[in-house]
Amino acid sequence: MSLANWKSQKKRQAHFLWKDIKEHKTCYLFLLPYAIVFTLFFIAPVIVSICYSFTYFNVLQPARFIGFQNYINLILADDIFLTSVKNTFLIAAITGPVGYIMAFIFAWLIHELPRSIRAIAVLVFYAPTISGNVYLIWSIIFSGDAYGYFNSYMVEWGFLDNPVLWLTDPRYMLIIVIVVQLWLSLGAGFLSFIAGLNTIPADQYEAGYVDGIKNRWQELWYITLPNMKSMLMFGAVMAISQSFNTADVSMQLCGFPSTDYAAHTVVCHLIDYGSYRFEMGYASAVATVLFAVMYLCNKFIQRALMRLGT
Amino acid sequence: MKKIKAGRQPNRSRAGDVGVAIVLIIFGAFFAFPLVYAINAAFKPLNELFIYPPKLFVQQPTTDNFSDLFLLLNKQGVVTFTRYMFNSIFVTTVGTIGHIFIASAAAYVLAKYRFPGSRLFFSAVTVALMFTGYVTQIPGYLIMAKLGLTNTYLSLIIPAFAMPMGLFLMKQFIESSIPDVLIEAAKIDGAKELKVYVSIVLPLVKPAILTLMIFSIQALWNNAGTTYIYRDELKMLPFALQTIGAGGVARTGAASAATLFMMILPLLCFILAQSNIVETMASSGIKE
Repeated sequence: MSLANWKSQKKRQAHFLWKDIKEHKTCYLFLLPYAIVFTLFFIAPVIVSICYSFTYFNVLQPARFIGFQNYINLILADDIFLTSVKNTFLIAAITGPVGYIMAFIFAWLIHELPRSIRAIAVLVFYAPTISGNVYLIWSIIFSGDAYGYFNSYMVEWGFLDNPVLWLTDPRYMLIIVIVVQLWLSLGAGFLSFIAGLNTIPADQYEAGYVDGIKNRWQELWYITLPNMKSMLMFGAVMAISQSFNTADVSMQLCGFPSTDYAAHTVVCHLIDYGSYRFEMGYASAVATVLFAVMYLCNKFIQRALMRLGT
Repeated sequence: MKKIKAGRQPNRSRAGDVGVAIVLIIFGAFFAFPLVYAINAAFKPLNELFIYPPKLFVQQPTTDNFSDLFLLLNKQGVVTFTRYMFNSIFVTTVGTIGHIFIASAAAYVLAKYRFPGSRLFFSAVTVALMFTGYVTQIPGYLIMAKLGLTNTYLSLIIPAFAMPMGLFLMKQFIESSIPDVLIEAAKIDGAKELKVYVSIVLPLVKPAILTLMIFSIQALWNNAGTTYIYRDELKMLPFALQTIGAGGVARTGAASAATLFMMILPLLCFILAQSNIVETMASSGIKE
């Protein structure tokens, strides 16, 4: 192909693109308010943070470009980072899938209830999320002295001889963080499933009955799940971002830093460097790595969900 | 066919129904715990809050904690409690309404049209959900300062308009629950895009709108506003209540009253929203 030919082809493509854009003028108008705010307050800060990850930036002095040094230090010279990666993977591998499936199952079971008590049932299961930082009560429940509810009952019933330091003993800390995180996992995904289940048209269920669907399990697999595909994708993204971003629960319950870093997560590590050591460049590198992992994880799950019901 | 319409679906076993009820009650107790605890703690007199062995349910309920709380709030400084209350209610209301309209308008075109840049934009939204918030605070603050929005309500309201979660949820919802034929039919009848959005799309995605409302209220109501606002009279209610809780052991009673107090509004909105989520019939009446 000659250069002139190629140029005219490019020109034609550009022309078509412009026509396409002009045709969808209204679409852009609808998108515009959101796009402006989103770009300014969500995209721009993320891009700036990723740029910071290639600098030495202590918040007080201007950032200094240092190339990949932060990433190199992260992998080769930071043992605590590796501990935090191990913990985060463990937490995410358990709370992500279990929490996700649990959210769907409970949403589905609640949908089976008569409509009059559905709202109350949803409230009961969503309670941990709606009550803000009420998860702090877990620190009273698992408190290390005999005043802790768990210790108090276990000693009274004879399962334990002495109170156990649940939140400061490295053997138990991670398990407790996982339990509390699971307890918090009925959040955005759960509510979106509740809303989504309401939009599956009743005539599909009727048709299914006529076609010989015998029980609720068959109905779930052949009618409900395929209809819920887009809500399931939403739930998956929320589950990924919640489980990989675990930090508050660990910091509030097990302390910051936790004993032997036994409940230290990647986001804890990032907060340590960002807010306490004033190494924002390094913290941004941690954030970027975490983000990349979450992104890949999401790609993988979305692909798996596409196959659902086929 | 008559049997099907009569409430109970015929392909459900009695044993299964009982099983579902038992599972829900057992797990329900586990999940409802914080709510039960928070309500009880708020009405416990100080001696019961520290009783050994600890008891979950309140023995002699009292409203002392609440009167302590309001006494402390009014003594706190120049800024009155009602001002904090107003700040939070104002920001939550305006932010939530704006978020619902702006996010669902964007979600509508992203769900139903393919135009240059639409896929890229949508993937940017999902990806933004995954980036950790802590490191974006400094660039976020710089942008806010450059725009001159620090120390204004707008610094909390405007970002709330574009919360990525809302757009994502709405787009997924519109995509799956509104058939294309419905929109095409309305257009053939001469409806303009705005008309389609207001009178067809919005009413049909009511469950999603109510869910979005819950998310947005939760996020805004619990925002202390101290990231971008440093003038005391413009800060939000959680800030005022946090200062009470920071008063140590003697304030335990007032702090537990404060926890319950903060939960009242989201809880009411939640119940209101959930009892209004009913089956929408977007695709009924359409035969393809």
